[in-house]
Amino acid sequence: MKLHLLPAHSLLALLGRGEVSAEEVVSSFLHRVEEVEGDLNAFITLFSQDSLTQAREVDKLRAKGERVGRLAGVPIAIKDNICVQGKRMTCGSRMLSNFVPPYDATVVRRLKEEGAIIIGKTNMDEFAMGSSNENSFFGPVKNPFDSQRVSGGSSGGSAAAVSAGEAPMALGSDTGGSVRLPASFCGVVGLKPTYGLVSRFGLVAFASSLDQIGVLTRDVEDCALLLEVIAGYDPQDSTSIDQHLPDLVLEMKKGIKGLRVGLPEEYFSPEVDPQVKEAVLRAVNQLTLEGVEVERVNLPHTTSAIATYYIIADAEASSNLARYDGARYGYRAQGTRVLLDMYSRTRNEGFGDEVKRRIMLGTYVLSSGYYDAYYLQAQKARTLIRKDFEEAFCRCDLLVTPTSPTPAFKLGEKMDDPLLMYLSDSFTVPANLAGLPSLSIPCGMTREGLPIGMQIIGPPLGESQILGLASIYEQVASKGRDGL
Amino acid sequence: MVNLEKMRVPIEEVEHIARLAKLQLTEQEKERYSVQLGQILEYMEQLSKLNLKDVPPTSHILPLKNVFREDVVKESLPQEEALRNAPQKEGGYFKVPKALG
Repeated sequence: MKLHLLPAHSLLALLGRGEVSAEEVVSSFLHRVEEVEGDLNAFITLFSQDSLTQAREVDKLRAKGERVGRLAGVPIAIKDNICVQGKRMTCGSRMLSNFVPPYDATVVRRLKEEGAIIIGKTNMDEFAMGSSNENSFFGPVKNPFDSQRVSGGSSGGSAAAVSAGEAPMALGSDTGGSVRLPASFCGVVGLKPTYGLVSRFGLVAFASSLDQIGVLTRDVEDCALLLEVIAGYDPQDSTSIDQHLPDLVLEMKKGIKGLRVGLPEEYFSPEVDPQVKEAVLRAVNQLTLEGVEVERVNLPHTTSAIATYYIIADAEASSNLARYDGARYGYRAQGTRVLLDMYSRTRNEGFGDEVKRRIMLGTYVLSSGYYDAYYLQAQKARTLIRKDFEEAFCRCDLLVTPTSPTPAFKLGEKMDDPLLMYLSDSFTVPANLAGLPSLSIPCGMTREGLPIGMQIIGPPLGESQILGLASIYEQVASKGRDGL
Repeated sequence: MVNLEKMRVPIEEVEHIARLAKLQLTEQEKERYSVQLGQILEYMEQLSKLNLKDVPPTSHILPLKNVFREDVVKESLPQEEALRNAPQKEGGYFKVPKALG
């Protein structure tokens, strides 16, 4: 049995019945890592010995008949911008290449409490800034379906790891699509929860009004399971929502008859790759056969989303990244004799090209004389984008769109043209600007053998409806594949 | 043909922004960002075409209120831990170069 190809809930069933040990499970994934990591570069740091030790602990507890956590013995990969106490966290940057966090992120604490085994920290675009995972100080992540293509970013390592069977589940972060875009390119399920649903304590800040920790899994049930474990109020995050979350795994099985799904016209424009459009519409058709009602809707400010997003995100980033000055932690430039010189040389040597470009842009739009023209305009445009969604959700329960206008593109293809790269996020940034939950699920392949992702966007705290629709689609699609 | 020269952010302005952002850019980087920032800002100009006159700005999507808590002393990081990642330290302090040259 190939354990590394199973989703976590199947592994948990086997572990619960004593048919496999946690040690066997972890070994199987570590073995897979050895096999494929040379091609993928999905991990920055691996905890092979530690994870085997922890697996044996879990096995001992189970043998003694003691209560174990909901994820006991399941390996998980964590994006390298989320703190695990005592383990190096680089953020994909030279700036933090030697940084060891003194505490656990809240999500990591919750995973540990449920017995999950952290097998490593995944590669990412530096400070989560990128759509292709080519901006990492530790090299790009390759797409498991085609090593000439990008994994998508910025959680490319997490997506590739789950896709290739290096880990059954992973955490990522999503500021403008960084969970959903790589999930779509690598053929896995990726969810960005409602803003505030998951604590960000211990997540390195990029753009604080947009950042949210998300999950990447092999299937929808795992997505619900992992979200349940990490979600919930945390007094250590002042943006944390204090609201009880329903039992997602149970809720999502409630059925979808009569559910109204909106197709926003702007997301099916002529610029979208015809194969992508076709695959998403075919999926929608299959869902109508299951009793879903479909209607066309409009989100007229969609075309303003990229300009709005990159002004707001970069403005917030330029402020958040001011803390990296070489004084208290992280990289410090050698041989400087005056404090200001140390700051500016440390920052120039420690940050990569894209991060500096964004700090420059963010500083520009916030600087005297330009604030009103760019930053304030963008905040107002953000209101319009948000209202578009509010109006659409008066007419329908969920929205369905392609996750990305194209499948995974070639390595290097967009590296010389930052604006072209930014446009890869056209369909994912609106949900961040409006704080909405949004999931990407595989919905077929191109003729070249590349995965295509379908995005489901819901109203605030609409996670259980999103997962419900995704779960039905998953069943329908797998029936189609098995020829039943 | 798009006129890249016209869209450029002037080098002096790039230098000014870099000073504000505490980035000691190389000449090559100044040149590159002058062109690229110009292109990106040009693209962002599209927002000026929206009718935003009476639209209130959204700085945050949650109805945020200040979060208060009791003012009680809790455990914090020990000094040794807090200094563990310091590039240079001395006598329980972070050590940096002198402030004035």
